[in-house]
Amino acid sequence: MSPLPTVVIVGAGPAGIAAARRLAEAGLRPMLLDREPAVGGQILRQQAPGIELPPLPGFDPAAGPRMRSDLEALRDRIDWYPSTTVIAIEGNRLWAIGPSGEIDSTGWDRLLVCTGAHDRLVPVPGWTLPGVVTLGAAQIALKTQGCAVGRRIAFVGTGPLLYLSAAQHVAAGCDVAVVADTSGVGDAAAAVAGLLGDRARLALGLRCLRILARAGVRRVRRVTALAVEGDDRVTGLVIHAGRRRTTFPCDAVAIGFGLVPQTQLLDLAGVELAPESRSGLWLPVLDAAGRTSMPGVYAAGDGATLAGAEAAGLMGERAALAVLEDLHLASDRDRAAWLDRELARHAGLARALARAFPFPTRLEESIDDATVICRCEGVTAGAVRSAVGEFDAGEVNRLKALTRCGMGRCQGRICGPVLARLVARASGRSLAEVGRLRAQAPVEPLPARTRRADAADATP
Amino acid sequence: MADTDEAGERRVPAPRLVRLGRRSAARVAFTIDDEAAEGFEGDTLLTAILTNRSDLGAIGPDPRRRAGFCLMGICQDCWVRLADGRRVRACTTRLEPGMAVLLEAVEVHW
Repeated sequence: MSPLPTVVIVGAGPAGIAAARRLAEAGLRPMLLDREPAVGGQILRQQAPGIELPPLPGFDPAAGPRMRSDLEALRDRIDWYPSTTVIAIEGNRLWAIGPSGEIDSTGWDRLLVCTGAHDRLVPVPGWTLPGVVTLGAAQIALKTQGCAVGRRIAFVGTGPLLYLSAAQHVAAGCDVAVVADTSGVGDAAAAVAGLLGDRARLALGLRCLRILARAGVRRVRRVTALAVEGDDRVTGLVIHAGRRRTTFPCDAVAIGFGLVPQTQLLDLAGVELAPESRSGLWLPVLDAAGRTSMPGVYAAGDGATLAGAEAAGLMGERAALAVLEDLHLASDRDRAAWLDRELARHAGLARALARAFPFPTRLEESIDDATVICRCEGVTAGAVRSAVGEFDAGEVNRLKALTRCGMGRCQGRICGPVLARLVARASGRSLAEVGRLRAQAPVEPLPARTRRADAADATP
Repeated sequence: MADTDEAGERRVPAPRLVRLGRRSAARVAFTIDDEAAEGFEGDTLLTAILTNRSDLGAIGPDPRRRAGFCLMGICQDCWVRLADGRRVRACTTRLEPGMAVLLEAVEVHW
């Protein structure tokens, strides 16, 4: 009897868990590596114990524990490694740092990357001030830690999360200064039309708007410029909409403009990425089942295609079926066909939401020269623009070397898309031509004391 | 950061994070720059620090003060030093009893 093929799944969010379940049911023993101590990914982050909050729209505190117990039921059929961060991939081997702080590696026959997404940002004046956080951060503070990021919070950006996060804060009893959206009313009509195919999400959206209206929260649409005020902490948010300029006093700002998939591991695995026309973001080139351009490497969830948590679970299961097919093991064609239909429907919904909350390209292109775009290294938009001119540089990795933009601790996760847009604009090139910041191993900062697991006996 | 008001009195800015709802978790004692501080079981280190302080001080090459940004381990804007020599990302680190956080310390000896 030949040994079971090694299937490694990175990320235990909705996609990774659905894939692990399907593979375990098929008799494989997948390895599930997750950065977090508890499963669920960002969307189902678990609440710290002993916190009692009022009910929040779109948040089921029991969903995280439920997913955990689902996974516990599979415990003896999968190898689950929590608190384990994959930092490097080379050929058919990956390296990860585990809870003990030691690096270990494993080979794989099949690799499924389900690393999810994080907030997309547009740098604005004052966005590095204490008190400015991402929309996702405000939600994490509220849902998992029972904390508000300030006493009076302004919500700004675009996307469903803008309204959801603001409404959740109102429901929790927080003071919301304003909800300011860069998209317009016409865009919203597209959202409603597109969401008619998904009653649950439409109902949640309307419920959020009702909560905001009942609390008398000011809403501004078609925001064309914004700035955070304050010297050593946030004191207000300035909003330009049409010819009106309004200052909203506040001590915190939650900001976000949709999501960015985390493609660093796919990049290290040698997977082909291509810029998507609508968002301008580099996404893995995939077939409908989640196969990448690299044989044996698959991707699912928001790290592959931005379509939300429910679709992520379906993508994870679909990719698992593709793994089984490709290993010539018993798959389930009927289920695969059903998943393909469901995923096509979800893709339609995702397109409608993207139309409803378009990324504010003009805001990004018109960032002030004085505004810091790279938070880690403190590099301004002006420094990038002048380097493009001075060195006739039109490729983002060259600009990184010239300016240090994207060279810091976060490795360009926050500033990468912004850098690309600024370079494209300043050099007259397309986003495809200016390229993307190449992922570099280790993809996360490592403490200097980090050692290899097999070097435990070596001199420290 | 301790500000000074017009009378020259030390005025400490309000903590960044505000706890909401009711809490039945056990209290956890730790220190920030040698001053006694208190958090709750289940807190991340970032929550514990920022319910006691207004920010984390400067984090890296950029001298501007920070107070966390993404809270999900992406932006790396919340690395802090502990007195035992460790540097940790506060948003993905659990608060442990007796942790000794050093925010303002420029030089760390261990």
